Amino acid sequence: MDYERSDGDEARAAVLPTAVKILVAGGFGVGKTTLVGAVSETKPLRTEELLSEQGVGVDDISGVESKSTTTVAMDFGRISFGDDLVLYLFGTPGQDRFWFVWDELALGALGAVVLADTRRLADCFPSVDYFEQHGLPFVVAVNCFDGARRYSIDEVKLALNLDPEVPVMLCDARERDSSKDVLITLLEHVMKGRAAGREPASVGS
Amino acid sequence: MTTSDAEPRWVDDDAGPVVRPYAMTRGRAIAKNRFNVISLVAATRVAPPAEVGIGPEHIRIVGLCQERPLAMAEVAAHLGLPLGTVRVLLDDLLARQLVRVTEPAQHTNLPDNRVFEALINGLRAL
Repeated sequence: MDYERSDGDEARAAVLPTAVKILVAGGFGVGKTTLVGAVSETKPLRTEELLSEQGVGVDDISGVESKSTTTVAMDFGRISFGDDLVLYLFGTPGQDRFWFVWDELALGALGAVVLADTRRLADCFPSVDYFEQHGLPFVVAVNCFDGARRYSIDEVKLALNLDPEVPVMLCDARERDSSKDVLITLLEHVMKGRAAGREPASVGS
Repeated sequence: MTTSDAEPRWVDDDAGPVVRPYAMTRGRAIAKNRFNVISLVAATRVAPPAEVGIGPEHIRIVGLCQERPLAMAEVAAHLGLPLGTVRVLLDDLLARQLVRVTEPAQHTNLPDNRVFEALINGLRAL
């Protein structure tokens, strides 16, 4: 890759790392930030986007403070691999109605993890719908809260009406190894899709 | 939207509790750029000279991105500012060539699986 050089400052003109991102989606309280924190090199950071009512568009924001602006928060983490590759993990904002923030986050993402809680499986439907519609590859990870495993993987697959190729797995978002496995499964799934020529549609453009 | 990039949008009292970020950007609510949350920001100089239009937040961004490039979202998080505000500040810094900003590669354009393999191997080694 070719990078432009700034005037005469050789040290800072070094090649920049490649930055990639994976989204972590799912319902409120399902453990998105927990998973991000379990694998990130630092504790999750939080960034915010201010939305005007114009930005929210036709969505109903009743129940939200009737101010002309509202804030959408995103938690994210970073994992550096050497000097030349950085993976960012972004938890999608819990408010599923702020789709344009999702569009912004999904733009250029490698793929997504949809975290599901079998006690409230419907909470992850909007995330699944979003990634299916936008052609962003995803896996479903059922976060097992204190061993609360009420349904089998096949039952979850059936309930979510997933494409048979979409991986569904159990995980414990608090555990680093378990969260790593989820990300690895996603990356392998994305690679398989690339090999099969299923390129994701460009999101948000 | 009736404003254009050439006409910075001024925000009045109706903006609610967000006066401070907008004050920092001298009233401009809309940035010219649409940088990705993972667009990397790297400082091009050690310290910006004091000049008109460069505020403490600008200087903090240049300082933050000295050691290693940071994603725009990291810059926003470290400064405690909304992404939209950071975009406006980056416009100023770019105009003065105090930072470089690199957009992420679209993975759909990646020619091979090297990035994926590096990520998988890297994660396994964590």
